[in-house]
Amino acid sequence: MTSQVTSSFQGTADLPKWVSPAMLLAFFMGSFTLQVMLASSTEQNELNLIPVAVFGLVGYAVALYALSRFVEGRRKATDRLVTILVTAAFSLALIPLLSLAYTVVQNGAARFDAEFFTFSMRNIVGEGGGALHAIIGTLEITGIATLISVPIGIMAAIYLVEYGRGTIARLVTFFVDVMTGVPSIVAGLFAYALFVIFFGPGVRMGLGGAIALSVLMIPVVIRATEEMLKIVPNELREAAYALGVPKWLTVIKVVLPTALAGIATGVMISIARVIGETAPLLIIAGFTASMNYNPFDERMMTLPVFVYTSYANQGVDMQSYVDRAWAGALTLMLIVMVLNLVARLISKYFSPKG
Amino acid sequence: MSKRIELQKLNVYYSSFLAVEDVNMVIEPKAITAFIGPSGCGKSTLIRTLNRMHEVIPGARVEGQLLMDGEDVYGPDVDPVRVRRQVGMVFQRPNPFPTMSIKDNVLSGYKLNNSRMSKTEAEELTEKALVGANLWNEVKDRLDKPGSGLSGGQQQRLCIARAIAVEPDVILMDEPTSALDPISTAAIEDLAVELKEKFTVVIVTHNMQQASRISDMTAFFNIAGTGMPGKLIEYDRTEKIFSNPAEQQTEDYVSGRFG
Amino acid sequence: MTATKPKAIRRLGDVIFANLAFFAGVSILATLATVAAFLFVQSIPAFTGPEIAAAEDGFWNYVFPFVFGTVYASIIALIIATPLAIGIALYISHFANRRFAQLLGYAVDLLAAIPSVVYGLWGILVLAPFLNPTFMWLNENLGWIPFFAGQVSATGRTMLTVGIVLAIMVLPIMAALIREVFLQTPRLHEEAALALGATRWEMIKMAVLPFGRTGIISAAMLGLGRSLGETMAVAMVLSPTAVINFAVLTSSNSNTIAANIALQFPEAGGNYSNLLIATGLVLFAITMVVNMIARWIISRRAEFSGAN
Repeated sequence: MTSQVTSSFQGTADLPKWVSPAMLLAFFMGSFTLQVMLASSTEQNELNLIPVAVFGLVGYAVALYALSRFVEGRRKATDRLVTILVTAAFSLALIPLLSLAYTVVQNGAARFDAEFFTFSMRNIVGEGGGALHAIIGTLEITGIATLISVPIGIMAAIYLVEYGRGTIARLVTFFVDVMTGVPSIVAGLFAYALFVIFFGPGVRMGLGGAIALSVLMIPVVIRATEEMLKIVPNELREAAYALGVPKWLTVIKVVLPTALAGIATGVMISIARVIGETAPLLIIAGFTASMNYNPFDERMMTLPVFVYTSYANQGVDMQSYVDRAWAGALTLMLIVMVLNLVARLISKYFSPKG
Repeated sequence: MSKRIELQKLNVYYSSFLAVEDVNMVIEPKAITAFIGPSGCGKSTLIRTLNRMHEVIPGARVEGQLLMDGEDVYGPDVDPVRVRRQVGMVFQRPNPFPTMSIKDNVLSGYKLNNSRMSKTEAEELTEKALVGANLWNEVKDRLDKPGSGLSGGQQQRLCIARAIAVEPDVILMDEPTSALDPISTAAIEDLAVELKEKFTVVIVTHNMQQASRISDMTAFFNIAGTGMPGKLIEYDRTEKIFSNPAEQQTEDYVSGRFG
Repeated sequence: MTATKPKAIRRLGDVIFANLAFFAGVSILATLATVAAFLFVQSIPAFTGPEIAAAEDGFWNYVFPFVFGTVYASIIALIIATPLAIGIALYISHFANRRFAQLLGYAVDLLAAIPSVVYGLWGILVLAPFLNPTFMWLNENLGWIPFFAGQVSATGRTMLTVGIVLAIMVLPIMAALIREVFLQTPRLHEEAALALGATRWEMIKMAVLPFGRTGIISAAMLGLGRSLGETMAVAMVLSPTAVINFAVLTSSNSNTIAANIALQFPEAGGNYSNLLIATGLVLFAITMVVNMIARWIISRRAEFSGAN
């Protein structure tokens, strides 16, 4: 009897822990060797990694499923198969991330030099030149967009959390979500359509870019701020009311400071989100090779557009244009990473404790 | 400084739901009045009408009269914000402002209202309020540290200091010790007894021993059932309520037969 | 019997502040309305002005291949991204250990932070050449399937490459949303399933997936909304022609609305730019409808699920 009880707990026999990783390794090695042999037997000597991965993975999955089904039973075998699929899906998503990071750093390094950050593209046809005009443009346009979006976004979030009741508040909530889905190019067309009224057809202006980016940024700021205001405990509001503090001062001096770190994080992330936008700026800010400090007049270059035009309008010395595009991409990626990092640090170190 | 509060035919509503029905009572100055009763009997709702805090909840309203030294708190020209400056409140859970230091928490009633004061004035006021809340000796060396670093009981006394710093006439305490350990509770109870020298003190409590220990007057509230309005059953001197109540319901409650 | 209504005395500061907040909130509605109105007004000259060479057969004939391209590319992206997003979400929510899962979450979020122009550069210079041999193989061996038929592009700048790039781009937002929904699965259901002796997969099948179904649908809709409007990656990667073509490996691909605008607008003069704005309005309408359906599903779910 006792032996029966023990065996019913253990169920069927389990595969030893080392079996699965060992099989994974074996199948990928096998698949790799097979492809190397195939590649050397044909004229094209290039090794294609896709079949290596496909054969390795499929072979591993099928073999482990079969083995597990034989030893452990059908249910456990299915469980193992799903685990393989889920893990594979995840690994597959990381490959582009790694590949992107690698190529951008590797190709961007060629022109990631002092000249890149100190020169514009004025009178440059081949090598040399830089993206200073684009960096200045990006900073100005994103800066103005932030100045427009943050007050509106925060006030709208205050409306939704502190004041909003009834139909209008529900409509606003709904359309803030819808607004996050406005395609960036439509925002650019909107800014153009708006500015045409004042400046006539063919208008190009940095300010327009800022308007377009604001359309994309405001809903992000609202969502982030709203989340942060919602987690400010109601008890703090009541404490302030009970001290005879009017509602508006309670919001400004109690609720906002308590949520400040979270709001700052959200603003950083929303800046990171729009600083890489290309399409709307291509439409309304245009592109130029020269420096333009004035966002209220004439075309203004921005970093994402610089990357695009460097690639799209390659001149005689093609490689130097592509190199500049990669260097611009690297700069852009670094800015985005730094913004994200700063955002995380703010939320980590400045949130009020307790 | 200390004011008499008269409640006349007071009904409290949340939208169309009648939460507390027909309360008539006089809360004496320089005394502690305790509100007791089972959960949901409306005692917390009622105390929040005394400084018009219940209005914060959308749809909440009051019918009847509430007089403070003869002045109608719900009169047509009365600003609820001004009422709250004269009626301080301490909540169930200690809620110091997390972004402020201990000192700023004490002075928050002024600072949040943009009142200016000199440095010496501010220091005197801080000391006075913290001494009044029996907290001065424990925190005088760390006035610039955040208030959230204190223990629960200290935080609650900090909240009391914050309330008395603005020199109100009335102090309302809504179950101020329900989140505290027995030692901190005793400190708050002692403090409440000291506060009645200067203020009208109203305290809501679940704890009948607490009411009998510290209060001069006790009001017992009850409901007939869920969804029914809370009612004032009996209001009398504390000894009478606990030794010889007039109503059977009160007797059942204080003797622990229900609730 | 005096029934005193608490007639609110409102302070000036409160009135001003509340109104500011109200107008900021309403400005969202106003902005969306203005976007639609301005695009509409600026579209009119495309129909009333002189005939545009590019659209000699009329507006709808001009825009239709782009609408097709937009929807087709997005559907390919969705077919690739949805199972992957579910896999990623499951991996983070139920397979990886918690500390590791958080790290992985950051990594996936980083994918969302990469600017689309960088995806475009990577797509054309790295991904397209990398995929090309596989495209050849697919064409040779599976060419009898219409999608893989035709003359394979030599550059890899095909509809399928665009679909894959778009899939990578919408993956983070979809995975994040689905992950949130999966994490909301009532613990009780999961534990009940495990207590019945279910394996992890059986528990997921019994408790997690049924609970997360509407979440998956709405995430797919949102991903669709994103990819419909994606511009630069498509504009850079795709080699476009103005045709309708279901084959995904050839060099004649239907362009998308957004990419077409980005490519044409900088050079467009006269009422050609108005024509492009009109196509932008069509794109706006499509994405709004998709987004509204997605948000509607989400809000309905929030009401009925009882979660939070």
